[in-house]
Amino acid sequence: MAKVLIIAEHDGKKLNGSTARVMTCAQGLSAESVEIAVFAAEGAAVAEQAAAISGVTKVLLIENPANEHATAAILAPQIEALASEYSHVLAPSTTFGKDLTPRIAAHLAVPQISDIMRVESPRIFDRPIYAGNAVITVEAPEGIVVGTVRTASFSEAEKTGSATIEKREINVELPSHTRFVKLETSGSADRPDLQAAAKVVSGGRGVGSTENFKVIYDLADKLGAAVGASRAAVDAGFIPNDHQVGQTGKIIAPELYMSFGISGAIQHLAGIKDAGTIVAINKDPDAPIFEIADFGLVGDLFEIIPELEKALA
Amino acid sequence: MKILVGVKRVVDFNVRIQVKADGSGVATEGVKMSMNPFDEIAVEEALRLKEAGKAEEVIAITIGPKASQEQLRTALAMGADRAIHVETDEDVQPLTAARILKAITDKEEPKIVMLGKQAIDDDNNQTAQMLAALANWPQATFASKIDVDGDSANVTREIDAGLETLSIDLPAVISTDLRLNEPRYVKLPDIMKAKRKPIETFTIAELGIEPAAAVKVLKTSAPAARQAGIKVASVDELVAALKEKGLI
Ligand SMILES: Cc1cc2nc3c(=O)[nH]c(=O)nc-3n(C[C@H](O)[C@H](O)[C@H](O)COP(=O)(O)OP(=O)(O)OC[C@H]3O[C@@H](n4cnc5c(N)ncnc54)[C@H](O)[C@@H]3O)c2cc1C
Repeated sequence: MAKVLIIAEHDGKKLNGSTARVMTCAQGLSAESVEIAVFAAEGAAVAEQAAAISGVTKVLLIENPANEHATAAILAPQIEALASEYSHVLAPSTTFGKDLTPRIAAHLAVPQISDIMRVESPRIFDRPIYAGNAVITVEAPEGIVVGTVRTASFSEAEKTGSATIEKREINVELPSHTRFVKLETSGSADRPDLQAAAKVVSGGRGVGSTENFKVIYDLADKLGAAVGASRAAVDAGFIPNDHQVGQTGKIIAPELYMSFGISGAIQHLAGIKDAGTIVAINKDPDAPIFEIADFGLVGDLFEIIPELEKALA
Repeated sequence: MKILVGVKRVVDFNVRIQVKADGSGVATEGVKMSMNPFDEIAVEEALRLKEAGKAEEVIAITIGPKASQEQLRTALAMGADRAIHVETDEDVQPLTAARILKAITDKEEPKIVMLGKQAIDDDNNQTAQMLAALANWPQATFASKIDVDGDSANVTREIDAGLETLSIDLPAVISTDLRLNEPRYVKLPDIMKAKRKPIETFTIAELGIEPAAAVKVLKTSAPAARQAGIKVASVDELVAALKEKGLI
């Protein structure tokens, strides 16, 4: 029977919603136990949030000053020290998980399954390749299964649990070769989180400038939506990198995705395939985005957005 | 100091790949192949560090079939000094690739190994981190800015929350993200010059590598297709359709 360890993603205060999505994936493993490990400097609040996720057997709280802004180099040896008690070690396929789990897998001498999108059995999974244009069904070899979970493929588990929280000490030597310097956020903390939002309004190169992006933000605010962007818009400096949606940005699954001035390159589409309804506004009737849009409207976004706002008012 | 840069031959990012009808894989016959875009960025960054006087030698390495030498030639034409080809027709998964890179790293003793953050075929995003683990070196993944200063480097990383800066001691493994730089175009004379630059060839056995336990690919399928949508003629029509679905 599977014994699963999930590595919690958090910012020191709040548990990231991706952790509850990994829990939903873990439920498909017919596991005997699913534990969540919280590594933090002071993690009581995060541990409580983790304990509330339905289906969690136990939360392990590993407090250590070194775990403030912990890097993969600091976390990996601690997780490796725990790993032998488990059949599966999972993390979300966010930049946090992607950075961390291969370091663990390599030390445990097992391959990693990246971006698990479906669980067929405790060792057999589906995962996307080629920007989601193909799906492979893979079987993990013997040994611990280390994987990241494609969060857009799983909804968040309920929060009706009350698992016990167990403090653990892990005495392993931690390296000093990697030091956190700073984190610059784009200050969009008061807007809905792109990876969890039910609605996303997204702009591309067609929006044209940083100033013009204001129309995208305003529409998003009216709809209570998060703001996304194509790579071209981020590269051009219209909007910070954490808004990028796609193969190499965020993979999202909102109920409603509205794109403005985005052509629909395969790398962008890779990030929105799981959206409920896709709306595309583009002035080019042949833009590839129309091939996957549920509702397409050909026209100039600067004329359409004001009309939309009026219709919504 | 030396910089070792990984280069992978992949299906060009502009190709719309087709899944073979029998589920045995993705059709690659006759398809345009290129250097993985993230690796091009890694080569470019290594060259810029050399041009800035922070590195003396840039060595490109690839693991793959004979034809991967095309991508090594591209790296050499961009400006890499020499190249290493670990030749194999087998499918090399990230852990094995990391073991191979570790063996070459032990031989060459570079101060930085620069790899693309992911290859756009398998989208694994693992090899750099695995190499760092095997070498017990620092890793700075998804780099969008690299400042090398003596025996350490400050690396800015693109992460979900924004931009994170780490200070790492060298030697280290760095994986590159899209906004680190814009790779140069190679000019014809450089391609001619690159033909004279050396490529050293090894087999995996010659390096004494034990291939890692592999993930077995049982089948390849096309992703679930989205149902074709419709074009609406006006904003009113769009709003009505979204209201009907309860989305606004
Ligand atoms: C390795 C790799 C990874 C990548 N990863 C990603 C990724 O994660 N995410 C991503 O998005 N891209 C990614 N890309 C880039 C991708 O290939 C495209 O270049 C990018 O998505 C294009 O962005 P865009 O649609 O905004 O720009 P463009 O392709 O230039 O399209 C702009 C569109 O705006 C329309 N337009 C212009 N003005 C107006 C107007 N006034 N009103 C309405 N429409 C207008 C135009 O008709 C056009 O269709 C990646 C590329 C590579 C090589």
